Amino acid sequence: MLLQMSSMRDAYADALLELGSKDTRVVVLGADTSVSIKTSLFSDRYPERFFNVGIAESNMIGIAAGLALAGKIPFVSTYSAFVPGKCLDQIRNAVAYPNLDVKIVSSHGGLTVGPDGASHQTVEDVAAIRAIPHMRVVVPADASATSALVSESWRTPGPFYIRLSRATVPEIYSSPADLEIGRAEVLREGSDVAIIACGVMVNEAVEAAESLSKEGIFAEVIDSHTLKPLDSDTILKAAKKTGGIVTAEEQSIIGGLGSAVAETVSESYPVPVSRVGLHDTFGESGEHKELMMKYGLTPLEIMKASRKLVASR
Amino acid sequence: MEQAQIPTGMLLQKAVKVRTDILEMVAEAKSGHPGGSLSAVEVLVSLFFYKMRHDPKRPDWPDRDRFVLSKGHAAPVLFATLAESGYFPVSELKTLRKLNSRLQGHPDLRVPGVEFPGGSLGIGLSAAIGMALAGKLDRKGYRVYALLGDGEMDEGETWEAAMAASKFKLDNLTAIVDRNGIQQDGLTEQIMPIEPLGYKWKAFNWHVLEVDGFDLRQVIDALEKAESMRNRPTVIIAHTVKGKGVSFMEWDPAYHGKAPDKDTVRKLVEHMRKE
Repeated sequence: MLLQMSSMRDAYADALLELGSKDTRVVVLGADTSVSIKTSLFSDRYPERFFNVGIAESNMIGIAAGLALAGKIPFVSTYSAFVPGKCLDQIRNAVAYPNLDVKIVSSHGGLTVGPDGASHQTVEDVAAIRAIPHMRVVVPADASATSALVSESWRTPGPFYIRLSRATVPEIYSSPADLEIGRAEVLREGSDVAIIACGVMVNEAVEAAESLSKEGIFAEVIDSHTLKPLDSDTILKAAKKTGGIVTAEEQSIIGGLGSAVAETVSESYPVPVSRVGLHDTFGESGEHKELMMKYGLTPLEIMKASRKLVASR
Repeated sequence: MEQAQIPTGMLLQKAVKVRTDILEMVAEAKSGHPGGSLSAVEVLVSLFFYKMRHDPKRPDWPDRDRFVLSKGHAAPVLFATLAESGYFPVSELKTLRKLNSRLQGHPDLRVPGVEFPGGSLGIGLSAAIGMALAGKLDRKGYRVYALLGDGEMDEGETWEAAMAASKFKLDNLTAIVDRNGIQQDGLTEQIMPIEPLGYKWKAFNWHVLEVDGFDLRQVIDALEKAESMRNRPTVIIAHTVKGKGVSFMEWDPAYHGKAPDKDTVRKLVEHMRKE
Protein backbone atom coordinates (compact mmCIF):
# COMPACT_ATOMS: atom_id res chain seq x y z
CA MET A 1 0.00 0.00 0.00
CA LEU A 2 1.41 3.36 -1.04
CA LEU A 3 0.73 5.87 1.71
CA GLN A 4 -0.09 9.43 0.79
CA MET A 5 1.24 11.66 3.57
CA SER A 6 -0.33 14.99 4.43
CA SER A 7 -0.13 17.84 6.90
CA MET A 8 -3.02 18.87 9.13
CA ARG A 9 -1.49 22.32 9.59
CA ASP A 10 -1.46 22.92 5.83
CA ALA A 11 -5.04 21.70 5.60
CA TYR A 12 -6.08 24.01 8.45
CA ALA A 13 -4.36 27.00 6.85
CA ASP A 14 -6.08 26.29 3.52
CA ALA A 15 -9.45 25.83 5.22
CA LEU A 16 -9.03 29.21 6.95
CA LEU A 17 -8.25 30.93 3.64
CA GLU A 18 -11.38 29.45 2.13
CA LEU A 19 -13.56 30.39 5.11
CA GLY A 20 -11.99 33.83 5.14
CA SER A 21 -12.99 34.44 1.52
CA LYS A 22 -16.52 33.11 2.08
CA ASP A 23 -17.28 34.89 5.32
CA THR A 24 -15.92 38.25 6.42
CA ARG A 25 -16.96 37.45 10.00
CA VAL A 26 -14.07 34.96 10.16
CA VAL A 27 -11.11 36.39 12.09
CA VAL A 28 -7.98 34.59 13.28
CA LEU A 29 -5.96 35.09 16.45
CA GLY A 30 -2.40 33.95 17.07
CA ALA A 31 0.02 33.96 19.98
CA ASP A 32 3.50 34.19 18.44
CA THR A 33 3.25 30.74 16.87
CA SER A 34 1.44 31.66 13.67
CA VAL A 35 4.33 30.99 11.30
CA SER A 36 4.87 27.57 12.83
CA ILE A 37 1.22 26.57 12.62
CA LYS A 38 0.75 28.40 9.32
CA THR A 39 -2.08 30.71 10.29
CA SER A 40 0.33 33.39 9.01
CA LEU A 41 -1.02 32.52 5.54
CA PHE A 42 -4.36 33.96 6.66
CA SER A 43 -2.53 36.98 8.06
CA ASP A 44 -0.80 37.53 4.69
CA ARG A 45 -4.09 37.39 2.79
CA TYR A 46 -6.33 39.18 5.34
CA PRO A 47 -4.02 41.25 7.55
CA GLU A 48 -6.89 43.35 8.97
CA ARG A 49 -8.62 40.18 10.19
CA PHE A 50 -5.62 38.63 11.90
CA PHE A 51 -4.60 39.56 15.44
CA ASN A 52 -1.28 38.50 16.87
CA VAL A 53 -1.47 39.06 20.63
CA GLY A 54 2.05 37.92 21.43
CA ILE A 55 2.78 35.26 24.02
CA ALA A 56 -0.41 35.90 25.97
CA GLU A 57 -2.85 33.02 25.64
CA SER A 58 -5.31 34.13 28.33
CA ASN A 59 -5.68 37.51 26.70
CA MET A 60 -6.09 35.84 23.31
CA ILE A 61 -9.10 33.82 24.50
CA GLY A 62 -10.63 36.86 26.20
CA ILE A 63 -10.23 38.96 23.03
CA ALA A 64 -11.76 36.13 20.99
CA ALA A 65 -14.76 36.15 23.34
CA GLY A 66 -15.20 39.90 22.79
CA LEU A 67 -14.93 39.50 19.02
CA ALA A 68 -17.56 36.75 19.10
CA LEU A 69 -19.83 38.91 21.26
CA ALA A 70 -19.57 41.60 18.57
CA GLY A 71 -20.57 39.18 15.80
CA LYS A 72 -17.26 37.75 14.58
CA ILE A 73 -16.31 34.07 14.26
CA PRO A 74 -12.83 33.89 15.76
CA PHE A 75 -10.50 30.97 15.08
CA VAL A 76 -7.91 30.92 17.85
CA SER A 77 -4.73 28.94 17.36
CA THR A 78 -1.49 28.14 19.06
CA TYR A 79 0.17 24.99 20.43
CA SER A 80 -2.05 22.52 22.30
CA ALA A 81 0.29 22.75 25.30
CA PHE A 82 -0.70 26.39 25.87
CA VAL A 83 -4.31 26.44 24.72
CA PRO A 84 -6.03 25.12 26.80
CA GLY A 85 -3.10 24.72 29.21
CA LYS A 86 -2.57 28.39 30.01
CA CYS A 87 -6.12 29.63 29.66
CA LEU A 88 -8.59 27.01 30.86
CA ASP A 89 -10.32 29.61 33.05
CA GLN A 90 -10.80 31.99 30.12
CA ILE A 91 -12.14 29.15 27.96
CA ARG A 92 -14.54 28.13 30.73
CA ASN A 93 -15.82 31.54 31.78
CA ALA A 94 -15.49 33.76 28.71
CA VAL A 95 -16.22 31.23 25.94
CA ALA A 96 -18.01 28.10 27.14
CA TYR A 97 -20.30 29.55 29.81
CA PRO A 98 -21.76 32.19 27.45
CA ASN A 99 -21.70 29.57 24.63
CA LEU A 100 -19.85 31.82 22.20
CA ASP A 101 -18.93 31.13 18.60
CA VAL A 102 -15.21 30.73 19.28
CA LYS A 103 -13.28 27.98 17.50
CA ILE A 104 -10.12 26.97 19.33
CA VAL A 105 -7.91 25.03 16.95
CA SER A 106 -4.70 23.92 18.63
CA SER A 107 -1.80 22.30 16.85
CA HIS A 108 1.08 20.07 17.97
CA GLY A 109 -1.21 17.96 20.18
CA GLY A 110 -0.13 14.75 21.88
CA LEU A 111 3.51 13.69 21.64
CA THR A 112 4.11 15.10 18.17
CA VAL A 113 6.52 17.83 19.25
CA GLY A 114 8.82 14.93 20.20
CA PRO A 115 12.25 16.32 21.11
CA ASP A 116 10.76 19.45 22.75
CA GLY A 117 9.80 17.18 25.65
CA ALA A 118 6.99 16.92 28.17
CA SER A 119 6.48 20.66 28.72
CA HIS A 120 5.35 21.00 25.11
CA GLN A 121 3.51 17.72 24.75
CA THR A 122 -0.14 17.33 25.75
CA VAL A 123 -1.72 14.36 27.46
CA GLU A 124 -4.61 16.05 29.28
CA ASP A 125 -5.95 18.84 27.01
CA VAL A 126 -8.83 16.83 25.62
CA ALA A 127 -9.93 15.57 29.05
CA ALA A 128 -9.84 19.07 30.50
CA ILE A 129 -11.93 20.59 27.72
CA ARG A 130 -14.31 17.63 27.54
CA ALA A 131 -15.44 18.28 31.12
CA ILE A 132 -16.53 21.85 30.32
CA PRO A 133 -20.23 22.24 29.42
CA HIS A 134 -21.06 23.54 25.89
CA MET A 135 -17.61 22.61 24.53
CA ARG A 136 -17.41 20.34 21.50
CA VAL A 137 -14.19 18.37 21.13
CA VAL A 138 -12.83 17.20 17.78
CA VAL A 139 -9.61 15.33 16.98
CA PRO A 140 -9.23 14.83 13.18
CA ALA A 141 -7.29 11.91 11.73
CA ASP A 142 -5.74 13.47 8.65
CA ALA A 143 -5.60 16.53 6.41
CA SER A 144 -8.88 15.92 4.58
CA ALA A 145 -10.65 15.33 7.88
CA THR A 146 -9.11 18.54 9.22
CA SER A 147 -10.46 20.56 6.27
CA ALA A 148 -13.90 19.01 6.53
CA LEU A 149 -14.24 19.31 10.31
CA VAL A 150 -12.87 22.86 10.50
CA SER A 151 -15.47 23.87 7.91
CA GLU A 152 -18.15 22.01 9.85
CA SER A 153 -17.17 23.90 13.00
CA TRP A 154 -17.62 27.18 11.13
CA ARG A 155 -21.11 26.04 10.08
CA THR A 156 -22.03 24.98 13.64
CA PRO A 157 -22.66 27.79 16.11
CA GLY A 158 -20.97 27.48 19.49
CA PRO A 159 -17.54 26.83 20.96
CA PHE A 160 -15.17 24.15 19.66
CA TYR A 161 -11.86 22.64 20.62
CA ILE A 162 -10.19 21.06 17.59
CA ARG A 163 -6.87 19.37 18.25
CA LEU A 164 -4.40 18.89 15.41
CA SER A 165 -1.16 16.98 15.18
CA ARG A 166 2.15 18.39 14.09
CA ALA A 167 3.15 15.16 12.38
CA THR A 168 2.55 14.47 8.72
CA VAL A 169 0.08 11.63 8.67
CA PRO A 170 -1.06 9.04 6.12
CA GLU A 171 -4.26 10.00 4.33
CA ILE A 172 -7.27 8.10 5.65
CA TYR A 173 -9.92 9.95 3.68
CA SER A 174 -10.10 11.00 0.06
CA SER A 175 -10.57 14.71 -0.44
CA PRO A 176 -13.03 16.28 0.15
CA ALA A 177 -14.00 14.09 3.10
CA ASP A 178 -17.69 13.85 3.88
CA LEU A 179 -17.59 14.18 7.65
CA GLU A 180 -20.04 15.57 10.17
CA ILE A 181 -19.52 16.82 13.71
CA GLY A 182 -20.82 14.12 16.06
CA ARG A 183 -20.99 11.36 13.46
CA ALA A 184 -18.31 8.68 13.81
CA GLU A 185 -17.06 7.01 10.62
CA VAL A 186 -16.99 3.23 10.29
CA LEU A 187 -13.84 2.79 8.23
CA ARG A 188 -13.83 -1.00 8.22
CA GLU A 189 -16.54 -3.49 9.06
CA GLY A 190 -15.70 -6.31 11.47
CA SER A 191 -17.36 -8.79 13.79
CA ASP A 192 -14.87 -9.78 16.52
CA VAL A 193 -13.76 -6.52 18.10
CA ALA A 194 -14.32 -2.81 17.50
CA ILE A 195 -11.31 -0.51 17.46
CA ILE A 196 -12.41 3.06 18.12
CA ALA A 197 -9.74 5.68 17.58
CA CYS A 198 -9.20 9.37 17.02
CA GLY A 199 -6.46 11.57 15.59
CA VAL A 200 -3.19 10.01 14.50
CA MET A 201 -4.22 6.71 16.12
CA VAL A 202 -6.85 6.12 13.43
CA ASN A 203 -4.16 5.09 10.98
CA GLU A 204 -2.60 2.81 13.60
CA ALA A 205 -6.03 1.25 14.12
CA VAL A 206 -6.44 0.63 10.40
CA GLU A 207 -3.00 -1.03 10.27
CA ALA A 208 -3.77 -3.14 13.33
CA ALA A 209 -7.07 -4.34 11.82
CA GLU A 210 -5.31 -5.26 8.59
CA SER A 211 -2.77 -7.41 10.47
CA LEU A 212 -5.42 -8.93 12.77
CA SER A 213 -7.42 -10.08 9.75
CA LYS A 214 -4.45 -12.24 8.77
CA GLU A 215 -4.79 -13.97 12.15
CA GLY A 216 -8.50 -14.50 11.56
CA ILE A 217 -9.62 -11.72 13.89
CA PHE A 218 -12.00 -9.38 12.12
CA ALA A 219 -11.89 -5.93 13.66
CA GLU A 220 -14.27 -3.09 12.99
CA VAL A 221 -12.47 0.28 12.81
CA ILE A 222 -14.26 3.47 13.79
CA ASP A 223 -12.91 7.00 13.56
CA SER A 224 -14.56 8.82 16.46
CA HIS A 225 -13.20 12.23 15.48
CA THR A 226 -15.82 13.97 17.62
CA LEU A 227 -15.23 13.10 21.28
CA LYS A 228 -18.05 15.37 22.35
CA PRO A 229 -20.83 15.06 21.46
CA LEU A 230 -19.89 11.38 21.16
CA ASP A 231 -21.69 9.35 18.50
CA SER A 232 -23.13 6.90 21.01
CA ASP A 233 -25.40 5.25 18.41
CA THR A 234 -22.50 4.11 16.25
CA ILE A 235 -20.50 3.06 19.31
CA LEU A 236 -23.33 1.04 20.86
CA LYS A 237 -24.04 -0.58 17.52
CA ALA A 238 -20.41 -1.67 17.32
CA ALA A 239 -20.52 -2.90 20.93
CA LYS A 240 -23.55 -5.06 20.18
CA LYS A 241 -22.07 -6.36 16.97
CA THR A 242 -18.57 -7.21 18.25
CA GLY A 243 -18.93 -7.63 22.04
CA GLY A 244 -15.65 -5.87 22.84
CA ILE A 245 -13.99 -2.52 22.25
CA VAL A 246 -10.41 -1.30 22.05
CA THR A 247 -9.94 2.47 22.10
CA ALA A 248 -6.82 4.20 20.82
CA GLU A 249 -5.79 7.82 21.41
CA GLU A 250 -2.61 9.88 21.58
CA GLN A 251 -3.30 11.25 25.06
CA SER A 252 -3.98 10.10 28.59
CA ILE A 253 -6.54 7.33 28.86
CA ILE A 254 -8.00 9.33 31.77
CA GLY A 255 -10.82 11.51 30.53
CA GLY A 256 -10.28 11.12 26.79
CA LEU A 257 -11.83 8.94 24.10
CA GLY A 258 -11.41 5.70 26.06
CA SER A 259 -13.21 7.22 29.02
CA ALA A 260 -15.99 8.59 26.85
CA VAL A 261 -16.54 5.23 25.15
CA ALA A 262 -16.43 3.33 28.46
CA GLU A 263 -18.94 5.74 30.00
CA THR A 264 -21.29 5.21 27.09
CA VAL A 265 -21.19 1.42 26.86
CA SER A 266 -21.17 0.81 30.61
CA GLU A 267 -24.44 2.72 30.95
CA SER A 268 -26.23 1.23 27.95
CA TYR A 269 -24.63 -2.00 26.79
CA PRO A 270 -21.69 -3.12 28.94
CA VAL A 271 -18.91 -4.86 27.02
CA PRO A 272 -15.21 -5.04 27.91
CA VAL A 273 -13.31 -1.89 26.93
CA SER A 274 -9.54 -1.87 26.67
CA ARG A 275 -7.87 1.54 26.39
CA VAL A 276 -4.68 2.15 24.41
CA GLY A 277 -3.13 5.52 25.26
CA LEU A 278 -0.83 7.13 27.78
CA HIS A 279 -1.20 5.56 31.20
CA ASP A 280 -1.22 8.53 33.56
CA THR A 281 2.23 9.67 32.55
CA PHE A 282 3.96 12.63 30.93
CA GLY A 283 6.01 12.17 27.80
CA GLU A 284 9.70 13.02 27.34
CA SER A 285 12.14 14.09 24.64
CA GLY A 286 12.59 11.77 21.68
CA GLU A 287 11.48 11.45 18.09
CA HIS A 288 7.71 11.21 17.74
CA LYS A 289 7.89 7.65 16.40
CA GLU A 290 10.22 6.57 19.22
CA LEU A 291 7.84 8.02 21.79
CA MET A 292 4.87 6.29 20.20
CA MET A 293 6.78 3.00 20.53
CA LYS A 294 7.91 3.62 24.10
CA TYR A 295 4.47 4.65 25.34
CA GLY A 296 2.61 1.91 23.52
CA LEU A 297 0.76 3.98 20.93
CA THR A 298 1.25 1.46 18.11
CA PRO A 299 -0.67 -0.99 15.94
CA LEU A 300 1.09 -3.72 17.93
CA GLU A 301 -0.44 -2.56 21.23
CA ILE A 302 -3.87 -2.30 19.60
CA MET A 303 -3.45 -5.85 18.29
CA LYS A 304 -2.38 -7.15 21.71
CA ALA A 305 -5.40 -5.55 23.35
CA SER A 306 -7.70 -6.91 20.63
CA ARG A 307 -6.35 -10.48 20.88
CA LYS A 308 -6.76 -10.39 24.66
CA LEU A 309 -10.37 -9.27 24.37
CA VAL A 310 -11.18 -11.92 21.82
CA ALA A 311 -9.42 -14.64 23.83
CA SER A 312 -11.30 -13.73 27.01
CA ARG A 313 -14.63 -14.68 25.44
CA MET B 1 -19.30 74.27 27.44
CA GLU B 2 -20.14 70.58 27.61
CA GLN B 3 -20.18 70.65 31.37
CA ALA B 4 -22.93 73.26 31.46
CA GLN B 5 -25.27 70.74 29.87
CA ILE B 6 -24.68 67.97 32.38
CA PRO B 7 -27.99 67.26 34.15
CA THR B 8 -26.37 66.73 37.51
CA GLY B 9 -29.63 66.93 39.44
CA MET B 10 -31.13 64.02 37.50
CA LEU B 11 -27.88 62.04 37.75
CA LEU B 12 -27.69 62.54 41.51
CA GLN B 13 -31.26 61.25 41.82
CA LYS B 14 -30.38 58.22 39.74
CA ALA B 15 -27.36 57.62 41.94
CA VAL B 16 -29.58 57.56 45.04
CA LYS B 17 -31.95 55.14 43.32
CA VAL B 18 -29.18 52.80 42.22
CA ARG B 19 -27.52 52.97 45.64
CA THR B 20 -30.75 52.12 47.49
CA ASP B 21 -31.56 49.37 44.95
CA ILE B 22 -28.18 47.80 45.64
CA LEU B 23 -28.72 47.77 49.40
CA GLU B 24 -32.23 46.39 49.10
CA MET B 25 -31.36 43.65 46.63
CA VAL B 26 -28.32 42.49 48.54
CA ALA B 27 -30.26 42.46 51.81
CA GLU B 28 -33.05 40.48 50.15
CA ALA B 29 -30.52 38.01 48.71
CA LYS B 30 -28.70 37.82 52.08
CA SER B 31 -25.45 37.68 50.12
CA GLY B 32 -23.57 39.49 47.39
CA HIS B 33 -20.96 42.20 47.14
CA PRO B 34 -22.27 45.57 48.31
CA GLY B 35 -18.92 47.30 48.94
CA GLY B 36 -17.56 47.26 45.40
CA SER B 37 -21.02 47.93 44.00
CA LEU B 38 -21.53 51.10 46.05
CA SER B 39 -18.12 52.44 45.08
CA ALA B 40 -18.98 52.25 41.37
CA VAL B 41 -22.44 53.87 41.42
CA GLU B 42 -21.47 57.32 40.06
CA VAL B 43 -19.34 55.79 37.30
CA LEU B 44 -22.21 53.62 36.06
CA VAL B 45 -24.74 56.41 36.42
CA SER B 46 -22.49 58.75 34.38
CA LEU B 47 -22.20 56.11 31.66
CA PHE B 48 -25.75 54.77 31.43
CA PHE B 49 -27.67 57.99 32.08
CA TYR B 50 -25.41 60.41 30.27
CA LYS B 51 -22.44 59.25 28.21
CA MET B 52 -23.31 55.99 26.51
CA ARG B 53 -25.33 55.64 23.33
CA HIS B 54 -27.65 52.79 24.13
CA ASP B 55 -31.30 51.86 23.89
CA PRO B 56 -32.85 49.68 26.62
CA LYS B 57 -35.55 48.65 24.14
CA ARG B 58 -32.94 47.35 21.71
CA PRO B 59 -30.23 45.67 23.79
CA ASP B 60 -28.87 44.06 20.59
CA TRP B 61 -28.63 47.33 18.61
CA PRO B 62 -25.37 46.78 16.69
CA ASP B 63 -24.24 50.41 17.01
CA ARG B 64 -24.69 50.66 20.78
CA ASP B 65 -21.85 51.55 23.10
CA ARG B 66 -20.82 48.55 25.19
CA PHE B 67 -20.19 48.34 28.93
CA VAL B 68 -18.17 45.40 30.24
CA LEU B 69 -18.25 44.81 33.99
CA SER B 70 -14.95 43.02 34.45
CA LYS B 71 -15.26 43.14 38.25
CA GLY B 72 -18.31 40.92 37.93
CA HIS B 73 -18.88 40.61 41.67
CA ALA B 74 -20.26 44.15 41.47
CA ALA B 75 -23.24 42.67 39.60
CA PRO B 76 -25.73 44.47 41.91
CA VAL B 77 -24.65 47.92 40.65
CA LEU B 78 -24.93 46.74 37.04
CA PHE B 79 -28.33 45.09 37.50
CA ALA B 80 -29.68 48.10 39.41
CA THR B 81 -28.43 50.50 36.73
CA LEU B 82 -29.85 48.37 33.91
CA ALA B 83 -33.22 48.12 35.66
CA GLU B 84 -33.34 51.87 36.37
CA SER B 85 -32.46 52.42 32.68
CA GLY B 86 -35.44 50.30 31.63
CA TYR B 87 -33.80 47.07 30.43
CA PHE B 88 -36.02 45.07 32.77
CA PRO B 89 -38.43 45.84 35.62
CA VAL B 90 -36.94 47.23 38.83
CA SER B 91 -39.17 44.78 40.71
CA GLU B 92 -37.06 41.90 39.30
CA LEU B 93 -34.05 43.08 41.30
CA LYS B 94 -35.35 41.27 44.39
CA THR B 95 -34.78 37.93 42.61
CA LEU B 96 -31.02 38.49 42.71
CA ARG B 97 -29.10 35.25 43.42
CA LYS B 98 -32.30 33.21 43.77
CA LEU B 99 -33.02 29.92 42.04
CA ASN B 100 -34.41 30.31 38.50
CA SER B 101 -33.67 34.03 38.39
CA ARG B 102 -31.68 35.41 35.49
CA LEU B 103 -30.04 37.78 37.95
CA GLN B 104 -27.20 35.44 38.82
CA GLY B 105 -24.59 36.17 41.48
CA HIS B 106 -22.35 37.42 38.68
CA PRO B 107 -23.44 38.88 35.31
CA ASP B 108 -24.92 36.44 32.81
CA LEU B 109 -25.76 37.11 29.15
CA ARG B 110 -29.38 36.15 29.74
CA VAL B 111 -29.92 39.58 31.27
CA PRO B 112 -30.70 42.24 28.65
CA GLY B 113 -27.97 44.86 28.70
CA VAL B 114 -25.29 42.54 30.09
CA GLU B 115 -22.47 42.43 27.54
CA PHE B 116 -20.05 40.02 29.18
CA PRO B 117 -20.21 37.37 31.93
CA GLY B 118 -17.56 38.85 34.21
CA GLY B 119 -16.88 36.96 37.39
CA SER B 120 -13.52 35.31 37.11
CA LEU B 121 -11.31 38.38 37.44
CA GLY B 122 -8.93 39.63 34.78
CA ILE B 123 -10.83 38.72 31.62
CA GLY B 124 -13.10 41.71 31.04
CA LEU B 125 -10.54 44.05 29.52
CA SER B 126 -9.53 41.35 27.02
CA ALA B 127 -13.17 40.90 26.00
CA ALA B 128 -13.60 44.67 25.71
CA ILE B 129 -10.58 44.71 23.38
CA GLY B 130 -12.29 42.09 21.20
CA MET B 131 -15.43 44.24 20.98
CA ALA B 132 -13.36 47.34 20.20
CA LEU B 133 -11.44 45.50 17.46
CA ALA B 134 -14.71 44.31 15.93
CA GLY B 135 -16.01 47.90 16.02
CA LYS B 136 -12.94 49.09 14.10
CA LEU B 137 -13.22 46.22 11.59
CA ASP B 138 -16.87 47.00 10.95
CA ARG B 139 -16.15 50.76 10.83
CA LYS B 140 -18.75 51.34 13.51
CA GLY B 141 -18.53 54.32 15.77
CA TYR B 142 -19.43 52.61 19.01
CA ARG B 143 -17.30 52.90 22.11
CA VAL B 144 -16.44 50.18 24.61
CA TYR B 145 -16.16 50.79 28.35
CA ALA B 146 -14.70 48.31 30.82
CA LEU B 147 -14.91 48.71 34.58
CA LEU B 148 -12.07 46.96 36.41
CA GLY B 149 -11.55 46.51 40.11
CA ASP B 150 -8.30 47.64 41.67
CA GLY B 151 -7.79 44.12 43.09
CA GLU B 152 -8.02 43.01 39.49
CA MET B 153 -4.74 44.80 38.82
CA ASP B 154 -3.13 41.72 40.46
CA GLU B 155 -4.19 39.56 37.52
CA GLY B 156 -1.53 39.08 34.86
CA GLU B 157 -4.10 39.08 32.09
CA THR B 158 -4.96 42.71 32.87
CA TRP B 159 -1.47 43.67 31.74
CA GLU B 160 -1.50 41.33 28.74
CA ALA B 161 -4.63 43.18 27.71
CA ALA B 162 -3.11 46.59 28.52
CA MET B 163 -0.25 45.86 26.10
CA ALA B 164 -2.59 44.64 23.38
CA ALA B 165 -4.97 47.62 23.56
CA SER B 166 -2.03 49.98 22.96
CA LYS B 167 -0.67 47.84 20.15
CA PHE B 168 -4.04 47.93 18.38
CA LYS B 169 -4.40 51.71 19.05
CA LEU B 170 -7.88 51.26 20.48
CA ASP B 171 -9.03 54.82 20.96
CA ASN B 172 -12.61 53.49 21.04
CA LEU B 173 -11.85 51.74 24.34
CA THR B 174 -11.98 53.30 27.81
CA ALA B 175 -11.04 51.34 30.90
CA ILE B 176 -12.11 52.61 34.30
CA VAL B 177 -10.41 51.36 37.45
CA ASP B 178 -12.58 51.50 40.57
CA ARG B 179 -9.74 52.51 42.88
CA ASN B 180 -11.47 51.87 46.20
CA GLY B 181 -8.30 50.58 47.82
CA ILE B 182 -9.75 47.38 49.21
CA GLN B 183 -9.73 43.78 48.01
CA GLN B 184 -11.22 40.74 49.68
CA ASP B 185 -8.41 40.08 52.14
CA GLY B 186 -7.74 43.71 53.05
CA LEU B 187 -6.11 46.88 51.72
CA THR B 188 -4.71 46.56 48.20
CA GLU B 189 -1.47 48.19 49.29
CA GLN B 190 -1.01 45.48 51.93
CA ILE B 191 -2.22 42.45 49.98
CA MET B 192 -0.49 43.31 46.71
CA PRO B 193 0.69 46.88 46.24
CA ILE B 194 -0.32 48.25 42.85
CA GLU B 195 0.98 51.81 43.16
CA PRO B 196 2.16 53.79 41.32
CA LEU B 197 -0.89 52.74 39.31
CA GLY B 198 -1.08 55.70 36.94
CA TYR B 199 2.56 55.26 35.99
CA LYS B 200 1.99 51.59 35.29
CA TRP B 201 -0.74 52.37 32.76
CA LYS B 202 1.38 55.18 31.30
CA ALA B 203 4.21 52.72 30.86
CA PHE B 204 1.82 50.55 28.87
CA ASN B 205 1.21 53.55 26.56
CA TRP B 206 -2.27 54.39 27.77
CA HIS B 207 -3.75 57.85 28.10
CA VAL B 208 -4.20 58.11 31.88
CA LEU B 209 -6.71 60.28 33.75
CA GLU B 210 -7.37 60.34 37.49
CA VAL B 211 -10.65 61.54 38.96
CA ASP B 212 -12.73 61.58 42.11
CA GLY B 213 -15.03 58.72 41.22
CA PHE B 214 -17.98 60.28 43.09
CA ASP B 215 -17.75 63.65 41.34
CA LEU B 216 -20.09 63.32 38.37
CA ARG B 217 -18.58 66.32 36.57
CA GLN B 218 -15.05 64.95 36.90
CA VAL B 219 -16.12 61.50 35.75
CA ILE B 220 -18.02 62.82 32.74
CA ASP B 221 -15.26 65.25 31.84
CA ALA B 222 -12.78 62.35 31.82
CA LEU B 223 -15.12 60.23 29.68
CA GLU B 224 -15.32 63.11 27.16
CA LYS B 225 -11.54 63.51 27.12
CA ALA B 226 -11.17 59.79 26.52
CA GLU B 227 -13.46 60.04 23.53
CA SER B 228 -11.47 62.83 21.93
CA MET B 229 -8.13 61.01 22.31
CA ARG B 230 -6.90 59.50 19.02
CA ASN B 231 -4.89 56.29 18.53
CA ARG B 232 -4.59 55.47 22.23
CA PRO B 233 -6.85 53.80 24.75
CA THR B 234 -7.69 55.76 27.89
CA VAL B 235 -7.79 54.54 31.46
CA ILE B 236 -9.65 56.56 34.07
CA ILE B 237 -8.49 55.81 37.58
CA ALA B 238 -11.59 56.62 39.61
CA HIS B 239 -10.68 57.23 43.24
CA THR B 240 -13.56 55.88 45.28
CA VAL B 241 -14.49 54.46 48.66
CA LYS B 242 -15.70 50.93 49.09
CA GLY B 243 -19.18 50.86 50.60
CA LYS B 244 -19.73 54.56 49.71
CA GLY B 245 -22.85 56.01 51.25
CA VAL B 246 -23.09 53.64 54.20
CA SER B 247 -20.91 54.92 57.02
CA PHE B 248 -20.30 51.58 58.72
CA MET B 249 -19.42 49.87 55.44
CA GLU B 250 -16.98 52.47 54.17
CA TRP B 251 -13.38 51.29 54.34
CA ASP B 252 -14.37 47.98 55.93
CA PRO B 253 -13.03 45.02 53.92
CA ALA B 254 -15.66 42.83 55.63
CA TYR B 255 -18.29 44.40 53.35
CA HIS B 256 -16.54 43.24 50.19
CA GLY B 257 -18.78 40.21 50.16
CA LYS B 258 -21.20 40.56 53.09
CA ALA B 259 -24.81 41.73 53.00
CA PRO B 260 -26.26 44.01 55.68
CA ASP B 261 -29.57 42.77 57.20
CA LYS B 262 -32.97 43.98 56.03
CA ASP B 263 -33.79 46.13 59.06
CA THR B 264 -30.55 48.04 58.81
CA VAL B 265 -31.09 48.52 55.10
CA ARG B 266 -34.64 49.84 55.62
CA LYS B 267 -33.30 52.56 57.93
CA LEU B 268 -30.42 53.35 55.58
CA VAL B 269 -32.68 53.65 52.56
CA GLU B 270 -35.13 55.93 54.39
CA HIS B 271 -32.24 58.13 55.41
CA MET B 272 -30.76 58.25 51.89
CA ARG B 273 -34.07 59.13 50.28
CA LYS B 274 -34.59 62.01 52.70
CA GLU B 275 -31.17 63.51 52.11
